[in-house]
Amino acid sequence: MTSTPVSSSDAVFALTVNGRAVEVRVPEDTSLLMALRHDLELKGTRIGCGEGNCGACTVWLDGLPVQSCSTPLWAAKDHRVQTIEGLADDRATQQVQSIFLDEQAAQCGYCINGIIMTVAAMLAHDPPAERGAIVAALDERHLCRCGSQIRILRAVDRAIAERRGQRA
Amino acid sequence: MNAPAKLPMSLAANPVLDRWVSFETGSVVSLRTGKVEIGQGAVTAIAAIAAKELGVELDMVQMVPADTNRSPDEGYTAGSFSIEHGGSAMRWACAMVRALFEEEARKVLGDGELTVRSGTFTRAGHNEGVTYWDLAPKVNLAQSSADLPPPALIGGSIDHEGLQRLDLGAKLHGTAFIQDMSLPGMLYGRVMRPAHPAERLVSFDRAKVSALPGIVEVVVDGHFMGVVAQRDEQAQNAILVAARTATWRRERELPPHTNANGWMTDLVPKTTAVISDDVPDPAAVTRHQADFSRPFIVHASIGPSSAVAQWHDGEVTIWSHSQGIYPLQRTLAKALRLDAGKIRVIHAQGSGCYGHNAADDVALDAALLARQAKAPVMCMWSRADEMSWSPFGAAMRMHLAAGLDARGNIVQWEHEVWSPSHLMRPGAGDGVNLLAAWSLADPLPNSSPSDAPLPYGGGARNALSLYQLGKRRIVHHLLPQGPLRSSALRSLGAHGNVFAIESFMDELAALANADPVAFRLRHLADPRAIAVIKAAADRAGWKPDEPGGDGIGRGFAFSRYKNVGCYLAVVAFVEVTDKVNVRHVVVAVDAGEVIHRNGLLNQIEGGVVQAASWALKEDVRWTADGFGVRSWNDYPILNFSETPTIDTVVVEPEGAPALGAGEGATGPIAAAIANAISHALGVRVRDLPLTPERIATAINAS
Repeated sequence: MTSTPVSSSDAVFALTVNGRAVEVRVPEDTSLLMALRHDLELKGTRIGCGEGNCGACTVWLDGLPVQSCSTPLWAAKDHRVQTIEGLADDRATQQVQSIFLDEQAAQCGYCINGIIMTVAAMLAHDPPAERGAIVAALDERHLCRCGSQIRILRAVDRAIAERRGQRA
Repeated sequence: MNAPAKLPMSLAANPVLDRWVSFETGSVVSLRTGKVEIGQGAVTAIAAIAAKELGVELDMVQMVPADTNRSPDEGYTAGSFSIEHGGSAMRWACAMVRALFEEEARKVLGDGELTVRSGTFTRAGHNEGVTYWDLAPKVNLAQSSADLPPPALIGGSIDHEGLQRLDLGAKLHGTAFIQDMSLPGMLYGRVMRPAHPAERLVSFDRAKVSALPGIVEVVVDGHFMGVVAQRDEQAQNAILVAARTATWRRERELPPHTNANGWMTDLVPKTTAVISDDVPDPAAVTRHQADFSRPFIVHASIGPSSAVAQWHDGEVTIWSHSQGIYPLQRTLAKALRLDAGKIRVIHAQGSGCYGHNAADDVALDAALLARQAKAPVMCMWSRADEMSWSPFGAAMRMHLAAGLDARGNIVQWEHEVWSPSHLMRPGAGDGVNLLAAWSLADPLPNSSPSDAPLPYGGGARNALSLYQLGKRRIVHHLLPQGPLRSSALRSLGAHGNVFAIESFMDELAALANADPVAFRLRHLADPRAIAVIKAAADRAGWKPDEPGGDGIGRGFAFSRYKNVGCYLAVVAFVEVTDKVNVRHVVVAVDAGEVIHRNGLLNQIEGGVVQAASWALKEDVRWTADGFGVRSWNDYPILNFSETPTIDTVVVEPEGAPALGAGEGATGPIAAAIANAISHALGVRVRDLPLTPERIATAINAS
């Protein structure tokens, strides 16, 4: 926690982050991304473009992937937020993360956590999303500049196969 | 494996062994490489090379972040030299260290064949062992490698099942990047920059900005302006408010953004004849010429360029994701008017880096802000500045002309290239290549444009190919800075030059009624070049007489990066619909001895995808009002569904030393796609990017 002085425009927000009830006191218009990184020290959620275009900051809000840079903290109030750090608590989603590592599906790795959050959310659905829908979501919401798309798609295919295996 | 007698370049420049290796308590070997991790996996490869050479486990190795207080000065992590230079220097240093320890171990274990495994020396047939850490107090590593005999190298590949990048585990979980750093009492800084490359700040409402929530300092020095706040979003907000109240002075107007870099003709170049064969003109029966271009290209790293600066007693420590901490240190010394000894630069990892981006500029920004704030400051760039103020890969124009004899062989070749500088990094030239320095009240100007001689070159990189060309004339026209700031981007001028040469080779092959692959082969003598071309053609099932058409085509291209790096041949398969779809790419690469196969493959794959994105989509535009690219919305890159599948063949000749491979694909991919479009549609597009509009224009003109 930082020792930001309380100003008149500060507000207190109660939310659930990675299964834990937390309260943060921040300027009213703070984004979910800033609160996670600055106030809750959850830095696995990356700061990318800050404009909702690159997807590096993707987290789950009530299980759905959202871009936390363009989600005001007030919109997350009383909702469940899950970050990459929280995936460790869930076997199925943690598996997505280990597949990415196992496939070495990254170059710099900056975009990957956001991508894992989107892929894991779509696979956690019942029934899990099809490949086409996942690729469309990646097209829509995520960018990778190093050119790791080939490996990311390989990891996605493996994650889909393993999820199917678990359901069978 | 016997080492050559000459010390590797980086070790000769940093000869004392304890610069590279030291043994810490608790079975840890600390290794200091001057090469840095920029997403390419180099630090892992260097760690594994060292572990193998020392005879320790990889998990005993600690890679110390590059630091001007302790690390060897290896210049820049650039030019695909990390393994070739950084890896070989570390290998030698570790082999020398092993030899010194072996000598000491012999005193304990007695004479005979010693082996070292997991850091423990043993003698054949004996259980007794002695470790590096036991022996460390007795071995002097503060000695110069120049005074030691060349070591016996273990050498070879570091490949083993499951070798994974050392840095990725942390990066795929939590805190790992410079943007995640936090120091006690750290504040957040942002800098305001104009939306036009030739504008200067005149005024803004300072009182209003100072009164905003969380603002600790407003820093103004000449035309430089930044804020320091308790929180980053407060600093960002203050910059927005400042920008709304700011007035700017425009110092020059921009030339119009025209097709094929027409603005270049108004600039006066510095012309150098790179090669001009002094022989009579050969008799050619067929002559052909064509003009090619590539636009400015933006680095566009996913993470914002960032730095942390902390002052103490007139000295400053800066954490930076620069590619060259020592050149940055020396340039910061000029900019801050400080002795370089009072500046410590420590490398902290950033997001993917493809050349001279804003990493260095933001380091000066952070230092200027922290000096006034008297507290550690993290400074980040906005996306808009990242897309417009970071140096661009330089725009290029290429004019090629050739003559063929009666048998369809090349007997004459001309290549002229026009380009602003690709080499404006900190440390290059006579000036201070850090953005903020030019705006200070007492400004320090940028360097005048410069270039480097071949084989490396800047704008002329790879302007000379490996082909037998007959009479050659290769001319480089170095232009003054154009409408936008330019510097090094992955492969520098090789991208444009190879695109032009390899497109032109296909045009000449058609004039000679020859298959493009056969045409290339008959102009080559280098057996390694021939081998990769054949490997790519074989794997791709290349058929000389295969007709293109209906929008389906395949294209070939080849180059040896810098004529001294990796050999790389590609076949691109495209389908042209309402746009160009690159469906599949076959790559054959000869990078000499493969040190880390998965790392090599990752670099090739990344290079192919990034180069496909450049070739199909990327074009930095501007308008009379200033920068035309301010966000990702203005600059689409290749997305997931547009990514080709890739099949990489690694050709590994016996006994050939490792060669850099990270940049080898850029030019060949651009040309192979252009050649595939030509095969598919029968028209040629000679200007990058290869957009549907340009293809339509070419079709209408045919």
